[in-house]
Parts: sequence; C-alpha cells; structure tokens
Amino acid sequence: MENRSLVTIAEHSKEKILYMLEMAKEFEKKPNRKILDGKVVATLFFEPSTRTRLSFETAANRLGARVIGFSDPKATSSSKGETLKDTIMMVSNYADIIVMRHHLEGAARYASEVAPIPIVNAGDGANQHPSQTMLDLYSILKTQGTLDNLNIYMVGDLKYGRTVHSLLMAMRHFNPTFHFIAPDELKMPDEYKDYCKKNNIKYVEHTDFNEETIKDADILYMTRVQRERFTDLMEYERVKDAYILRYDMLRLTKSNLRILHPLPRVNEISYDVDESPKAYYFQQALNGLYARQAILCDVLGITLDDIIEDGKK
Amino acid sequence: MSEKKQALQVAALENGTVIDHIPSDKLFTVVSLLRLQNSDLNITIGNNLPSKKLGKKGIIKVADRYFTDEEINQLSVVASNIRLNIIQDYEVVEKKEVQLPDELMGIVRCNNPKCITNNEPMKTHFHVVDKENGILKCHYCEKEQNKDSIKTI
Repeated sequence: MENRSLVTIAEHSKEKILYMLEMAKEFEKKPNRKILDGKVVATLFFEPSTRTRLSFETAANRLGARVIGFSDPKATSSSKGETLKDTIMMVSNYADIIVMRHHLEGAARYASEVAPIPIVNAGDGANQHPSQTMLDLYSILKTQGTLDNLNIYMVGDLKYGRTVHSLLMAMRHFNPTFHFIAPDELKMPDEYKDYCKKNNIKYVEHTDFNEETIKDADILYMTRVQRERFTDLMEYERVKDAYILRYDMLRLTKSNLRILHPLPRVNEISYDVDESPKAYYFQQALNGLYARQAILCDVLGITLDDIIEDGKK
Repeated sequence: MSEKKQALQVAALENGTVIDHIPSDKLFTVVSLLRLQNSDLNITIGNNLPSKKLGKKGIIKVADRYFTDEEINQLSVVASNIRLNIIQDYEVVEKKEVQLPDELMGIVRCNNPKCITNNEPMKTHFHVVDKENGILKCHYCEKEQNKDSIKTI
C-alpha cells in the first residue's frame, strides 16, 4: 500500500497544498461530521504539547473518530527503554492513524518507514511541523484571498523557529517576497537563504523593527524570542524588547495586513494589538482545527469529493 | 609499468583487487568499511609506503575478490583519491576510481545528536546533495553536513 503519511510539507506539490486547503475550507463550512466514524486515531506525544494535541484530538472527535494515546512520555514504555519502532509497531495494531510529536529530529520519518499505518508528524524536534504550516497557509489564503505575490514579514526568532522555516519552504510555489526581521543572533540561517536563492524567492533582511519597516506587509508573522536561545544573556536583555509589536506600530500598515503567531505568545505582541482587526492569531489557531481535519482525512485516502459528498448529508 | 612493479614488491596477486592511494590514517577505516577484518581471504595490508601524491599511503591487496561499485563508492566518504586495480592473471585489467554515490546507507553517522538515527538501533541514510563539495543531507533529521566533518560507523 502507498504510504500516505504526512512527514513534511516540502514533499507536497503546489496542487496538493491547494487541494488540502480546499478540503480545510469544506470542514470550516461543516466541522461536525461522521466521516471518520469507526476509526481510531492514536495521538502519541513523546514530548508534551497541549495545543497541538488538543487541536488534533478535537479534529478527530469532530469527525467521529475515537482517540487513544498519551501526552506524557514518562508514563509510557519509552521511559522503560522501549525503542520508538517497538512503540509504533505496537500502537499500529490498535489504531488507523498515528499522530506523533517527538523531541528527536527525523522520528516521524522513521516511524513512517516502519509503520503499516499512516503517520502524521505533529512536530519532530526542531525539524518539521507540517500541520502548523497547513494552518498558516490556510490562514493566509483565507485572509488575503490568495497565496500569490504576497509580502510576508517574519519577525523574531528566525534561527530556531521551525514554523517560519516550514512556511518559507511551502510558500516557494507562490512567488512571495519575504522580509526577515531578527537580531543578529537569531537571523535566518544561510541554509534557508540559499533555499530562497535556489527557488528565486525574493527576500530582504532587517534588524530594525518599526512602523516604517512593516508598512508594506500583507502578513506579519510574529515568533517568540526565547531566552534559552541566547549564549550571551546581555545580548538577550538588549534585544528582548526590540521585537515587540505594539498597537501604534500598525499606523502605517496596509488595511489587508493580518498578524499571525503560532502561539503561545509571551510578550512579543502587546495586548493592545488584540483590539486591532489586523490581529488574527486566535482565528489562526481555530483554522488549525480545519487544517488538521483535512490532514487526517487525506492520510486515510479520503478525497475532496468524498468530503463534499459527505457535506450534503 | 612502474605501478605494476611496485605492486609486485609486496606480493604478487594472481587474481583480485589492489586498493591503492589510501591516506595512511584512513587505512583501517577502509579495512572496516569493506569488512575485511572478518574475511578469510588472502589479504596483504601495507601502510606508510612512500607516495608521490600523498607523501605516505596505505595499500590493500585482496586475493580472489572483486568489489561491487556500491562497495567501492562508499570509500569515497573517507578518501576521494583511492584507486582500485583489478587484477586477472597477474595483469591489471581495469582501473577504477571511487565516486561519491547518490545515497549512503549505514556508512556514516549523523552529526546531529538530536537526530533519531543517533538514538534508535537503525541504519543511517544520507542523500548526497552536492558531489563536488561533498555535502550530505540526513534522510531523517534533514540536516546538511560536509562529508569531511562526519564520522563513519
């Protein structure tokens, strides 16, 4: 059988991405269905992640599937020294899909190679988090009406932030112009700038973050600057407040601008921004539900037509 | 002609393979990559022999054994200038150079300590993304690394 696992978004063609976003749109129209009735979804969280797990479990529940799994690896056999392969093989006997989050990079790829059932990567270390990328794409499409020719500004931790890396790669099909706004210590790695060059993606780098730099943005993608990422804590103290978005910085921005954030936020978006119609991060999280419903159906081989047909019931 | 003469200084090989121009410090890595330590074939190993190109070199002669391109190409990870002479009836019938293959399976270790391959009993797998500069990409954690910076298994 063809392996329908979702390990990374980079493997998906433009057509496939648009197809899955179309599926997500159908689920937004009607999120509660029975299309996964009788299916069992296992959520294996070898590393805790409340919001991703809740989102996947809600997606499964709203489609009529049952959910098994664990959210605390300390309570599982991996703490007894069981290998990932053995855990995956065991759970494959019980479930129809495995949604997994693991602290080791490449864990989902490996699981997809050993498992007889589809694997959905819900984050493997600093590597990939494709469901986040799908919901980011869906949020961009929904708010801008298109994915093509947009000015996308990424702010904060561009070095370790896997969400910005995945989004950057997925956007290669859509002729974006990126602006990377980050302190020197957390600059976009060369690897991804090379990727942009290779794929003819335009980008501009900034260290300043003010109303002037962001005035042409269609999407402002904020990320958290984490203290533990800094080797030099003096440097952290210096930059930590330089990458905070405040309400008054939105004065010159375009009316179609939307502010995204993968959440959780700490202080990088001040609370007064929440009042702005341009703030979109909570709706973005809700879009995660529809994107994940689309992912669960796609890995099981359920098509867009099946979903449209099911919607008529 | 002179190469043949030097080969004969060690031991004449009727049939088999001479692996030449191995950097001296990589000789035993080559032995272990080809799993010669477990072989019961007639094998001659020489090291620190004078070499015009390398200063010092190692050489391995294996009687009655011919290697597949796959086996040979994995040697390119440790040394790109290794030469192989295929011997039949005391004559060199073919010379081969090693080439970095497209994929490396179970040969080198990933440099990323957080990679699954360093934490599970499993084979490593690399894609060679740039042969000229020796850039490998881990199939699992997707980190790119230079072949000179990584260790063999």
